[in-house]
Amino acid sequence: MLSVDHVEKFYRKGGMFSGERQHVLKNISFACKQGESLGIIGESGSGKSTLGRLLLGIEKPDHGTILFEEQRVQNRRTRLGNISAVFQDYTSSINPFYTVEQAVMEPLKLQMKVPEDRKSKLVTLLHQVGLDSSYLKKYPHELSGGEAQRVCIARAVATEPKCILFDEAISSLDGSVQIQVLELLKSLRNIYNMGYIFITHDIQAAAYICDKVMIIRSGQIEEMVDVEHLKDVQSAYAKKLLQMIIS
Amino acid sequence: MELLKKIMMDKLAAISLSIVAVTIVVGIFAPLFAPHDPYEVHMELRYASPSWEYLLGNDHLGRCVLSRLIYGIRPSVLWVLAALALSVGIGAILGFIAGYFRGKTDAILMRICDVMLSFPGYVMTLALIGVLGVGFENILLAFILSKWAWFARVIRTAVMQYAESEYVKYAKAIGVSNMKIMVKHIVPVSFSDIVVVASSSFGAMILQISGFSFLGLGIQAPHAEWGMMLNEAREVMFSRPELMLAPGLTIIIVVMALNFVSDALQVALDPKLMSSQNKSYRNATTSAGKLQGKEVA
Ligand SMILES: Nc1ncnc2c1ncn2[C@@H]1O[C@H](COP(=O)(O)OP(=O)(O)OP(=O)(O)O)[C@@H](O)[C@H]1O
Ligand SMILES: [Mg+2]
Repeated sequence: MLSVDHVEKFYRKGGMFSGERQHVLKNISFACKQGESLGIIGESGSGKSTLGRLLLGIEKPDHGTILFEEQRVQNRRTRLGNISAVFQDYTSSINPFYTVEQAVMEPLKLQMKVPEDRKSKLVTLLHQVGLDSSYLKKYPHELSGGEAQRVCIARAVATEPKCILFDEAISSLDGSVQIQVLELLKSLRNIYNMGYIFITHDIQAAAYICDKVMIIRSGQIEEMVDVEHLKDVQSAYAKKLLQMIIS
Repeated sequence: MELLKKIMMDKLAAISLSIVAVTIVVGIFAPLFAPHDPYEVHMELRYASPSWEYLLGNDHLGRCVLSRLIYGIRPSVLWVLAALALSVGIGAILGFIAGYFRGKTDAILMRICDVMLSFPGYVMTLALIGVLGVGFENILLAFILSKWAWFARVIRTAVMQYAESEYVKYAKAIGVSNMKIMVKHIVPVSFSDIVVVASSSFGAMILQISGFSFLGLGIQAPHAEWGMMLNEAREVMFSRPELMLAPGLTIIIVVMALNFVSDALQVALDPKLMSSQNKSYRNATTSAGKLQGKEVA
């Protein structure tokens, strides 16, 4: 479904006209099957979010291609209704001028042409993420972090996309809410048969929800393993990373 | 309508809005509202005090001060407003493009703005008048030419910050078109920034127009303009100070009313400020907005 081929990304260092460039992603290639969930793990600054932005087609790679069902992901039409995202910063994930209703409506408007369908879908979605319809008229600043993140999840699953990217979507929530959200994601996945791309530095969360895990280090893929074989990773870096969690 | 209702809830804002609305309507239909011909000279009524016939008295040529004030709305408020709208419009469009798309477009547009901004405003206006000749239209044209770059820069900075936000990233990711993102997300959230910037330079523009009229470069003699009326009254400032009062107070009231309306608009547009009943919080944020505006002018 998603295939990434020899992707490189550079960022300019310093000002507009300085020639120096930072090599953020180096020769990234992998593929992801329909309905499969992939965890991307790495330390801070390793380029996870950058890779995420490239997968979402918001930014272009400097070399290589990213294809979604054989179509270039940079093309807006490829993504329409197929790809969605939840980001880390729930405070700015919803337009402050939008009510919950308007926010969740945004993807639905792109897909459903009949207004009545949208409205009923909206209420179902909110119930699925554990919010009742009294939330519809609330503004983002009136929501708690966990509620805002649930709204973002409802918004992300609204069009029943084939792939949702979570960029540290649960890292900023506290422990019990994290578990609730993970449960929620797991159950939603069963309902809609979606694939997740789960960017995190929390291996446990990734192991809980993903089928495969990719370990990334300073812009390169260090290792890619199935979750069942997470214990016997090969590379020294991945071993060290695992050790830190166990101890 | 919803917006109007919100503004009307605040007494000060409601009064200010009515002042602005009345000023505009009276200015547009000046011949209907003015009790006398503003150009009619009555030498026998020079410096006459207010009477029932001439409510605000007469000036140094015996002309009706009230009628001149009313006719003065056109150049002082309406034309300035039009020039302001045009330059903010140009600035907003370029600022949106530069701030949203970034990259090369941004670099080129901003270098052009830098070039425009490196001319001092007054010098540019004088140069343009030198080329095109003396006249009110030319001053307005010079205003538009010298202000748009400044608006473009300020608006670009605001837009850039909003274009980075996660909700814009999300909208891009699900395949909303750039045009729609701008209209639905960026224009509403940056609207209050634009209003603050525009309204704060409005007062400065009124004063500048008066300044040029004083130098004899703007509005020409018989025509009425608030700044010029002030300057005419200046000659008798010590013997008849009350003549300065009418145009001076009018300028102050209108500029203040506009500032209050822009503050109220900002509050009414922002759900965060609107829902918080905490008055002190609201006042704090609006005065912060005003401070920001001061730097602008
Ligand atoms: N827009 C940008 N312009 C320039 N450099 C950038 C930009 N975005 C990211 N970088 C650089 O790319 C590198 C990788 O950043 P990225 O945000 O992808 O890291 P990350 O793995 O998501 O880290 P974290 O876990 O802290 O979120 C960093 O060194 C950062 O400085
Ligand atoms: Mg990141």
